Amino acid sequence: MWLSLFRGGVHPDGFKELSATEAIRQLPLPSQLNLPLRQHAGTESLPVVEVGETVLKGQLIGRAGRGLSAPLHAPTSGQITHIGPIVAAHPSGGNTRGITIEPDGKDTPLASMGWTGSGQHEISDSNALLEDKLQHIFAQAPEVLAKRLADAGIVGMGGASFPSAVKLSMASHQSINTLIINGGECEPYLTSDDRLMQERSQAIVLGARFIQHIIKAPAIAIVIEDNKSDAIAAMTIASADYEDIEVITVPTRYPMGSAKQMIQAVTKKEVPAGSRSTEVGVLVHNVATAHAIYQCLTENRPLISRIVTLSGGAIAQPQNVEALIGTPIRHLIEHGGGLKEAPSRLLMGGPMMGQIMPTDQAPLIKGAGGVLALLEKEINDTHRSPCIRCGRCVEACPMGLMPLEIANHSRAQNFEGAVDYGLADCLLCGSCAYICPSHIPLVHYFQYAKGEISRQKANQKRTDYTRELSANRRQRQEQEAAAKAAAKAAKAKRRKRKTEKTN
Amino acid sequence: MNNDPISSPHAHDHSSVSRIMGHVCLALVPCTVFGFYLFGFPAVNLWIITVATAIFCEILCLRLMGYPIRQVFDGSAMLTGWILALSLPPWAPWWIGFVGSIIAIGVGKQLYGGIGQNVFNPAMLARVVLLISFPVHLTTWPVPETSFFATSFSDSLAITFGYLPISDSMTGATALGQFKTELASQVAMADSIQQSLTMADTLLGFSPGSLGETSALLILLGGCWLLAMRVISWHIPVSMLATVAALALLFNSIDPDRYVGISFHLFTGSLLLGAFFIATDYVTSPASKKGQLLFGAGCGALSYIIRTWGGYPEGISFAILFMNALTPLIDAWLRPRIYGRKLDGKPKTYPSPEDSANANASSLSKAGSEPS
Repeated sequence: MWLSLFRGGVHPDGFKELSATEAIRQLPLPSQLNLPLRQHAGTESLPVVEVGETVLKGQLIGRAGRGLSAPLHAPTSGQITHIGPIVAAHPSGGNTRGITIEPDGKDTPLASMGWTGSGQHEISDSNALLEDKLQHIFAQAPEVLAKRLADAGIVGMGGASFPSAVKLSMASHQSINTLIINGGECEPYLTSDDRLMQERSQAIVLGARFIQHIIKAPAIAIVIEDNKSDAIAAMTIASADYEDIEVITVPTRYPMGSAKQMIQAVTKKEVPAGSRSTEVGVLVHNVATAHAIYQCLTENRPLISRIVTLSGGAIAQPQNVEALIGTPIRHLIEHGGGLKEAPSRLLMGGPMMGQIMPTDQAPLIKGAGGVLALLEKEINDTHRSPCIRCGRCVEACPMGLMPLEIANHSRAQNFEGAVDYGLADCLLCGSCAYICPSHIPLVHYFQYAKGEISRQKANQKRTDYTRELSANRRQRQEQEAAAKAAAKAAKAKRRKRKTEKTN
Repeated sequence: MNNDPISSPHAHDHSSVSRIMGHVCLALVPCTVFGFYLFGFPAVNLWIITVATAIFCEILCLRLMGYPIRQVFDGSAMLTGWILALSLPPWAPWWIGFVGSIIAIGVGKQLYGGIGQNVFNPAMLARVVLLISFPVHLTTWPVPETSFFATSFSDSLAITFGYLPISDSMTGATALGQFKTELASQVAMADSIQQSLTMADTLLGFSPGSLGETSALLILLGGCWLLAMRVISWHIPVSMLATVAALALLFNSIDPDRYVGISFHLFTGSLLLGAFFIATDYVTSPASKKGQLLFGAGCGALSYIIRTWGGYPEGISFAILFMNALTPLIDAWLRPRIYGRKLDGKPKTYPSPEDSANANASSLSKAGSEPS
């Protein structure tokens, strides 16, 4: 397949060699798991357990909230010790509502969970058993499978954390030509998807086949950046038996892992502004999500763990670990790599789009592919200087925006101007700020402007609602008054008629 | 600006403004050194005075405005002074460089609010102010000397500080100037140009002209360095040079006696210096590639028009200033197309997946039916 690429983009130093050769390890159980109720796009999940209750591994502890939401499960067996504010995995360092579990150390699973092991083996079942299961799964209706995924709390694991079942059921109403399995992993340092593809390629392929079955896509494209040759080889072997699966190698360029850019690179089509990828007949799922879907459907295992890269200049032994959701960062770092220097910045996610963690108490969430401890020299956050209009940000923007203009307008509080220059289309990928020679925090301005705009919109909505209410009230009052007047008039008329009659 | 780390990205490509300016200065070294060699100590004096005044004026302005003095280390003031010096006659007296730099930095740059805020290229603004105010000094072109030491250091001080008048025997006309005069006096142009100018001289630069503009080859060398280092992109220089070349070709083919040919236009005067080093100034040129192409074409067309029909023999600085003024407009008009949108900003449309699926299906069935 001839590949066109996307516009712009940057080539940050990969630093993937730090952890790319490290096989996925298991961590000891932490003394505490903190599970935020909202780790996904949409509303909070609602606790269904009480403090003091004992839960088993895989047990539902929070059901999906109203509207767009996802449920939450206990990553291990233990006791619920706290329901309420916990430290959020958020740059503010503030609190969020969550559930705290104190593991009992036994890791006892629910009886229904087929897979209890620690992930040492890619596929625990014997071939015959697996064949059996597959037959059973493919015999089920797509809606049934989607429901099972929804109940397992599976969300997109590439970062956006959009509930997967919702994405699938939306897609099943439209015709999809290609299911893209996103193995781009374009963020520097991160190797969790890379290792997953190398070590559990068969599970990913099966997961992809399940998705394909649900959305009835005729073809699957597994798309991997060309800096991950081992993953490409593993995925090619694992998918060799399926004619409708193609492994596509794409050049290494940030942000290749962004769905829109990957779609453009593979299909040469752009997702129309304001539409979903299904508009161009494509659905994109991350490799880690495909793996989670495999685990859910064959092992009855909800989303309770994920592969995380622990890396950065401050980590003594960068590595990849399979960690339980809710594990505090401190535990991850202590038992996975350790610190050799005090980090200047702790991040959840990659350096391009990841978020600063002000405290190492913050918990691992479903969407985080890495925890990084970076040194000052890696961040290279030096003095900022005024914009010299060099236009490098314009060149680098994969969306074709003019970041300097958006930032100027945002800084001047001219949000209309910022939107006019395409703020709404901005991915916040950070390519512009990465190459800015003046070190201007462009993404910060965009986030600020986006936040202000949504705040203004919310305010506007509230005012409109109040106005509507008062208008309704006035109308009602007028109606009442009119009715009263009419009644009065009728009464008067009647009286008049009466008097006329008597006369 | 505050330096609190708040937002991603948490990585940077290690570029900086000072590194960019450094690359440009480095790229100017060959033609500058050649200018020193060609015009001797007076040229060195002028360069030192111009650059030093620019830096001094920058520090003074930063101080007056309460900006951090370290901003001077971004190198932009030095570069402005340097480019101004290269665009001046090499034996100009000290006060030309001094006043020029003060106009460039004080008026052209800091009065607008400092780096990044100015509308016009500061060096070109200063040059045009000098040209209009002191036309004689700005058009006295010394003839290149036979060796660097032809003018002794003490003589050079006398020239620089203006108590040694430059005799007519030491000066000559630039190729463009000569062309203009002779065109006015109705001498058949083709002869005169060919007499006065050999291709080798223009390419190598052994001809009268501004300090840094004479050697086409060395300027090209610097320009290629900037392109290779990705300090500039090809859009502005290529569109500017191509426009001049196209116009020169067109009019030369119409009337070779009145209009000189391509090589003369491309390799004489300050066209190359302007195309690679001055028009490409980030602050005063458009940020989008489409805008840059239009900007370059505009600079080229205006240069040709001024050179050919204007009152001055050389028009690069006027052309660039004029296009500088249009830059905000160009930037507002010629934005890149946004992903997923058409040029007018409306969402892109595709035939619906069903249609394309049907089309595929029909083509498949066609292909399937063929063998039978």
